[in-house]
Amino acid sequence: MGEKISFFRRPAVQTIIASILCAVLGIFIGYIILLTMNAEHATEGMQAIITNFFKFSGNSTVLMKYMGSFLVKSMPLILCAEAILFAYKAGLFNIGAAGQYTVGIIASLYCSLALGWNWFLCVVAAIAAGALWGFMAGLLKAYFNVNEVIAGIMLNWIGLYLCNIIIGGEKCMNQTKSETFDIVSVNPSAILPGFIQDFFGGNKYTTIAIPATIIIAIAILVVLNKTTFGYELKATGHNKEAAKYAGMNAKRNIILTLVISGAISGFAASQFYLTGMEHYTISASVPGMGFSGIAVAFLGGLHPIGTIFAGLFVEYITLGGQYLNTNYYNPQVADLVIAIIIYLCGFVLFFKTLVNRPAKVKVNANAEPATKSAKAEEKEV
Amino acid sequence: MALLIQYTLISSAVLILVALGGMFSERSGIINLGLEGIMVFGAMAGAMVMVLVPENWPKAAIIVCTLCAAAIAGMLSSLLIAVACINFKADQTLVGTAVNMLATAAATVIIKAFNTTRSHGSDFSAKLDYNRGYKAFIIHTSKIDFNWFEVVGLVLLVAAIVVFYKTKFALRLRACGEHPQAADSVGINVYAMRYAGVLISGFLAGIGGIIYIAAANSTWHFDYGVAGAGFLALAVMIFGQWKPERIAWSAILFAVFRSLSNVYTAIGFLHALPISGTVYNMFPYIVSLIVLAFTSQNSRAPKAEGIPYDKGAR
Repeated sequence: MGEKISFFRRPAVQTIIASILCAVLGIFIGYIILLTMNAEHATEGMQAIITNFFKFSGNSTVLMKYMGSFLVKSMPLILCAEAILFAYKAGLFNIGAAGQYTVGIIASLYCSLALGWNWFLCVVAAIAAGALWGFMAGLLKAYFNVNEVIAGIMLNWIGLYLCNIIIGGEKCMNQTKSETFDIVSVNPSAILPGFIQDFFGGNKYTTIAIPATIIIAIAILVVLNKTTFGYELKATGHNKEAAKYAGMNAKRNIILTLVISGAISGFAASQFYLTGMEHYTISASVPGMGFSGIAVAFLGGLHPIGTIFAGLFVEYITLGGQYLNTNYYNPQVADLVIAIIIYLCGFVLFFKTLVNRPAKVKVNANAEPATKSAKAEEKEV
Repeated sequence: MALLIQYTLISSAVLILVALGGMFSERSGIINLGLEGIMVFGAMAGAMVMVLVPENWPKAAIIVCTLCAAAIAGMLSSLLIAVACINFKADQTLVGTAVNMLATAAATVIIKAFNTTRSHGSDFSAKLDYNRGYKAFIIHTSKIDFNWFEVVGLVLLVAAIVVFYKTKFALRLRACGEHPQAADSVGINVYAMRYAGVLISGFLAGIGGIIYIAAANSTWHFDYGVAGAGFLALAVMIFGQWKPERIAWSAILFAVFRSLSNVYTAIGFLHALPISGTVYNMFPYIVSLIVLAFTSQNSRAPKAEGIPYDKGAR
């Protein structure tokens, strides 16, 4: 019995359980929503979301092709989530990831379509653009004390309108179809190199984005846990004043964090738009990738590797929305489910204190330091 | 010029109400980043009422019903934030963001279902057409079209100033945002005060939402949300230093820039400039960033905002 409790009190286990609970509860509430919209077809609808592209499982080539496309779409989402997670570890809520992603789109598409650069330079340009957007938010936060959330939101909209002006121009956009030109036909050198495309049923969109994302996730894990820089970031995140007192340059760390976070978001955009899978169309709202990234980061328990799984899950549900029978439901139900899941993530802390409570009653005197150290461990992940 | 004044009045009514909402919430100690989402819920409820009211109702009844629906929807959705942040000590930034995402998704789903049922399956769009309700709010004069929304905004602004400076309630609310432990020690119920702050913000932001969509348009696509107006209002609130009368002035300043993007084609010299219309859309955001950069240095935010109240904390 004692062993069992210690298993459930391990922070990593608790985080995983909490995330799974959020996901399951979110899907359950989604089911109730489907029931209220149309009770007859609710079960069928939920099945469609959950079965998703596995309904092609009879034909392995088609299945792997869909699997490949699913992975391609998940990668930018995971990267955005990694960007948000990285900033969150330093105590910064980088809601501006959406804008950094948008300027990443500008750079990658403009460089590939209008300037005719090859894929490597386009990726570098996207990273630089994202980093610049992150730098602006960091500068405003560090030297002008502007809340990074507000600054991020404003930069998101500025980025969106810039994108509509630059990419909407004649150089990048087919004015009659009002979508960007095909990269494959205009400048094939800008397409990212493929990655085991035969394995994915000859899916021509599976590119090096997939291994690159995993490498970045591992790199973030190492930087956060094994380097002085990562330690400083986390210290600044826990207590800015204490970090300053210990001789860390808090202002530099804030700017650097947002620059790196922005660079990852910009990279995410290049890894999606340079596959040639989708065209950019003039949009009236900021791309949702950065916002879904927040959900993914929190659902992944704010752990770089957990985020990968959370990203796959969220993309899976979003994709599932498209398999809904549109006679009865609309695909936005999937977005709603994801929004509910991120809302539920807010309750994770409460859930953890609830699980940890019994021990407090058992050993009165020593209880407080014990839970405190447990909490400290949780944050260190 | 008349057009510019007309648009400015209406956008400042929106910004003032929503920013005041943010102020009451933050003064009680809860950062309300979900204002944008609350606006969407308020707008959705108000627009649905405008579509549903019977033809023969008098204007006054339409106006009252619409505003009530928006306010109630705003308060209900603000409960999402209140419950999570006050009772469950959730991260306020995260919950606010979640509410924003939830609002746009929920509004799209609900309006689509609403349209599908009303049209018996021929209309799947997330667009509502509320022309009749929209007309009920307009007051025609010879030069400028005024709007009942502006009157509502003015009345609520005066009410907010009086409540904020002249009542015991607001003094207690502000104490909870500065030092909740001290407030608790003299017998103020911190949880109740914070609930009050968030609910007031829901009330004001809900009404702000319906004004935002119904003031200048007679149709609205709900998959767009309210295009960052809630966050603009937060910038107004910070620029207004969490004080109602200063918020009013800064809202008017922001509203002028916002209206420019709507009416620049009607102003000769601005239209002649070789700038794309999208640039004017960017204006309010760029201006608010610059303004924030110069005003945030000495900003006096409520001390305890963003920190969940823990009775045992020292």
